[in-house]
Amino acid sequence: MSTISQAEVPAGATDGREPAAYVRGNLRFFRNELRLVFFRRRNQLLLAVVVLFPLLIGIGLKLAAPHGGGGGGPASGGAAFFNQLAGNGVFLTFIALSLLLILVLPVVMAVISGDSVAGEAGYGTLRYLLTVPAGRTRLLAVKYLAIVVWAVVATFIVSVVALLVGVILFPVGPVTLLSGTTVSLGAGLVRVLFVTLYVCAAMAALGAIGLAVSTFTEHAIGAIAAVMILVVASEVVDQIPQFAPVAPYLPTHWWNSFDALLRTPVDTTTLWHGLLSFAIYAAVFCAIAWARFTSADVTS
Amino acid sequence: MTTEALAISSEGLTKRFHGQLAVDHIDLAVPRGAVYGFLGPNGSGKTTTIRMLLGLAYPTSGTAELLGVPMPDGTVSVLSRVGSLVEGPAFYPYLSGWDNLARYDAADRSASSKSAAARIGQALERVGLTAAAKKRYRNYSLGMKQRLAIAAGLLRPRELIILDEPTNGLDPQGTREVRALVRQIAAEGITVFVSSHLLAEVEQVCSHVGVMRVGKLVFQGSLPELRHTGAARITVRTADVAAAATVFGKLGLTDAAPGEDTITAELGTAEPELICAELVHAGVGVRGLSVESPSLEELFVGLTGEGFDVDH
Repeated sequence: MSTISQAEVPAGATDGREPAAYVRGNLRFFRNELRLVFFRRRNQLLLAVVVLFPLLIGIGLKLAAPHGGGGGGPASGGAAFFNQLAGNGVFLTFIALSLLLILVLPVVMAVISGDSVAGEAGYGTLRYLLTVPAGRTRLLAVKYLAIVVWAVVATFIVSVVALLVGVILFPVGPVTLLSGTTVSLGAGLVRVLFVTLYVCAAMAALGAIGLAVSTFTEHAIGAIAAVMILVVASEVVDQIPQFAPVAPYLPTHWWNSFDALLRTPVDTTTLWHGLLSFAIYAAVFCAIAWARFTSADVTS
Repeated sequence: MTTEALAISSEGLTKRFHGQLAVDHIDLAVPRGAVYGFLGPNGSGKTTTIRMLLGLAYPTSGTAELLGVPMPDGTVSVLSRVGSLVEGPAFYPYLSGWDNLARYDAADRSASSKSAAARIGQALERVGLTAAAKKRYRNYSLGMKQRLAIAAGLLRPRELIILDEPTNGLDPQGTREVRALVRQIAAEGITVFVSSHLLAEVEQVCSHVGVMRVGKLVFQGSLPELRHTGAARITVRTADVAAAATVFGKLGLTDAAPGEDTITAELGTAEPELICAELVHAGVGVRGLSVESPSLEELFVGLTGEGFDVDH
């Protein structure tokens, strides 16, 4: 008996290497998922659209305000920073992010997240992934991480393209914040980075909602549409004064609160409220996705 | 037989969809090394059973084991030793055959990325798709899709292969190819569990069969055992059917069916020679006498009922 347990020691010793193999196996799956997402033609077209919008917004604003004064500002512009653009190209990033947050970024997120599980179910590849076996929780985790990466990539594309276009088309220098204080260009760019990260968090939270919806259907289009309806409904309700008491709980309410970063001192209370809202939405909807996905029969 | 010797076993496995029993208390016993034909008309619960065995669907009640590991709890630990094809092939249409296999291989946490290329190459070669490896899946023919699905099942060394209707929709050529593959796989000592709604398709390759009918397992055993369930019948050709019927009655033959100039009855344990002698002794002119056992096909239809599917 004792010889057997001694013989088993070397086998047990391989457990030391096991975590490494475990991590490698998971990384491999994650890399493959990213490849699947970013090499797919449809998704590449979506990213091309994301590149195009800040470009068009920059050119449009340049053409609309040729004589430096900024004029009365764009009719649609609720945001205060439209007027700042003429003075500093850096503001194009904030303008582009706030405009794309209305529809384009939510669509881009809805497509990827709504498609994540429902698309696999629709193709029937879900049953094969699960019999491989990929593991239900593991598959869901890989899907959500890929959605988060997608959110970060899409958001940074907006910021980077807008920044480049802004720098090319408009004057660049020390940044005058909305509160009237002027900070150095470097400090301004740091604020651009934080604003972008804030929007990434908002989109990652939306991605969790899309993932959850995606586990309930095998029709990717249905899941994508459902996410978009949710976003638009939330945005509409957010605009109606009578619904003001529920507004802070809406998934889209805090998206544009990043302008708190453009004031001195930074209104951290608002920012934390926003980030807390994103974290709660992400956690709740990931939990819903997990509960559904690990308990439902795969019949596709 | 202990569960150790069984590749697949289940006890009272049941699945209820919206109050309707899709699978009704089935007790599967698939010996290791067997080629098990899982037969039944469409809609008899075969695919639902397979989905439960593979942990895709959760049983309403009852238990199932794959290679001695309880399912669905053991899904992650046991399924890497099981290859499967469930309800037709499914792949990403915008990826090549190679990339599709690489996708499934990457999802397998116990598969090594170092050997991936070699294993994918071998799997494609086994099913004859090496030349089409770089072609997009959407441009594959139905037979190629089916073979790619089998290749996915062969990416790792397996102890059990589960094939759900692997020849569905294939032309005779494709059917033969799949059958040859099943034979090859079985020859390596891998247990094969193959479902079909056509007995003829699996009869030539199977050692065991299980027959499903509206959610119930109505027969399970080896092929010879299935043959033995069929009662042989004696047919006598004579001008005097009525007299022959009297003799049959005296001999205790059951289920006598008199025709115009023939009469048939279940043979049971009676000796045909004795029946002939008795007929002659009673003065019945015997023009012909034959004993026939029902074909497997007839037994199969008898078990599953004359469904709308039997005209195949």
